[in-house]
Amino acid sequence: MTTTGVAPPPVSRGASPGTGGARRRLRREHLMFLAFVAPNFLFIVVFSYWPVIYNAYLSLTDWDMISPIKNFVGLDNYVDMFTSLGFADVLLTTVYFTVGVVGGSMLLGLGIALLLNLKLRGRTFVRTMVFAPHVLSGAAVGLVWAFIFDPNYGLSRVFFSAVGSASPAWLTDSDWALPAVIIVYLWKNTGFAAIVYLAGLQNMPKDVYESAALDGSGPWTTFRRFTLPLLSPVTFFLVVTSTIGSFQAFDVIALTTGGGPGDATTVLSWFVYDSGFRSFQAGPAGASSIVMFGILLTITLLQTRYLERKVHYK
Amino acid sequence: MRIARTAQYALLIVLGVIMVGPLYWLLSSSLKDPSQIYTWPPVWIPTNIRPANYSDAWNSAPFADFYINSIITTFAGSAIEIANAVLTAYAFTFLRFPGKRVLFVVLLGAMMVPGHVTLLPNYLTVSELGWINTYQGIIIPGVASAFGAFLLRQHMLTLPGALIEAARIDGAGHLRTMWSVVLPMSRPMLITVGIVSLVGKWNDFIWPLIVTNTASMRTLPVGLLLLKNQEGYTNWGAVMAAAMFVVVPVLVVFFLAQRHIVTGLTQGAVKG
Repeated sequence: MTTTGVAPPPVSRGASPGTGGARRRLRREHLMFLAFVAPNFLFIVVFSYWPVIYNAYLSLTDWDMISPIKNFVGLDNYVDMFTSLGFADVLLTTVYFTVGVVGGSMLLGLGIALLLNLKLRGRTFVRTMVFAPHVLSGAAVGLVWAFIFDPNYGLSRVFFSAVGSASPAWLTDSDWALPAVIIVYLWKNTGFAAIVYLAGLQNMPKDVYESAALDGSGPWTTFRRFTLPLLSPVTFFLVVTSTIGSFQAFDVIALTTGGGPGDATTVLSWFVYDSGFRSFQAGPAGASSIVMFGILLTITLLQTRYLERKVHYK
Repeated sequence: MRIARTAQYALLIVLGVIMVGPLYWLLSSSLKDPSQIYTWPPVWIPTNIRPANYSDAWNSAPFADFYINSIITTFAGSAIEIANAVLTAYAFTFLRFPGKRVLFVVLLGAMMVPGHVTLLPNYLTVSELGWINTYQGIIIPGVASAFGAFLLRQHMLTLPGALIEAARIDGAGHLRTMWSVVLPMSRPMLITVGIVSLVGKWNDFIWPLIVTNTASMRTLPVGLLLLKNQEGYTNWGAVMAAAMFVVVPVLVVFFLAQRHIVTGLTQGAVKG
């Protein structure tokens, strides 16, 4: 954080202790502060913090979202969830999906960043195109890829016939649906990881490479011993942001598989939506929201801890 | 060395093709007539151009409504969000208040709450307010600004203090100082925050889906889902044309302002 900013004028306590004018000015400033931040804080409290509390409460009820009575059922919803095979499947699917999207986009992103960091002609254009899908509507991207995955008329058939086989029916085959969704999110998200890594590479201190070269270390050793460790804050930033992002993945799934076939692409975010807005069970929807919140909070806190420790040992 | 260079260029080209391919496929399919869509081998460059895909898509669902709704909710939502960001950032940079630090933590903590966790309670709040299927129902839950306020504050902290003091000595009040001194000097960061907000709201899908329930109140991305459910995946030309409706405005903004979008979205990663 930068500290070279504007220091607020010192509160005049010494010279004229609490003269009427100074005190009134300070009061006015306090009121102004409140007026400036009140709307924002109102929205934040009502639409960000309150929902967590309210979800926690709903998760302890059996409310059907219609009846005026919310029966308190204790931890039943959590017990039901964690003893049902269905929810275990959802968690497993979420893990596959998250590892696929987060791991894949970071590995590919790092590779792409290394490539784009070389002085190659046309790299500016490719950099732009790599990042472009990231800003596109997931709904539209889902539609485009649904067509690409069409086994008869999509690009998928072109690809598979080139290697001499028929295209799988990606979106309707339960073995292929999850990989299909992962591929779409990789296409959409890898550019973000690539650009962040690229920024990290371009911020590398030059002298590190000079001394590595003086030590006579080859490219691979330099990469492993200097580049990767120096990029680790970037890596951890990406782990957290991409994990949070992939836990909320929804639009592409809605436009391609709708959580199916069966429950092949029912990840946690789809489960929250499905139990709340299609089955009208506030209890399970609240409980699964709280589980999601808990997982993401844990990851964020672990990352903060880890980064602090790293800085400490330096 | 030569071989390495060649390999690097080969990789660059493959990468470019993978990234551009789907977008080209979208554009070209949206222009093809059925004889060129449902055929094998695929037609790469459409010759029987069929602009009617666009009018078919436009008429297959109330896309005019979707457009208007998307424009209204995006711009109104972003305007309020940016106003919140500016006022909050100014207050936290230039105004004194007891307990400011704690409040700042409360502000940033909001970023830890994933949007998906807020869906059901926010739906209930909005329905309690009688805002289901209204513009304010779509807009208001998304107008708080934590990250934008944070970015702007980081920027305001770097502004030369002498200038702000000079304005104050000249008798400018805080509103005046903010409007005529601080905001003009924060222009690049304002553009960044603004564009990231606009793009986010334009693409927002799940909240408008949940909070609206008639076709005439849907936004564009939700309209795509309606179109898909209604047409299935049968009329690919028209479906791709509809996807173009959503994608083209953002792509135009992206190519014009990509520097700002990239800073906005990657800020905090490298310098922390």
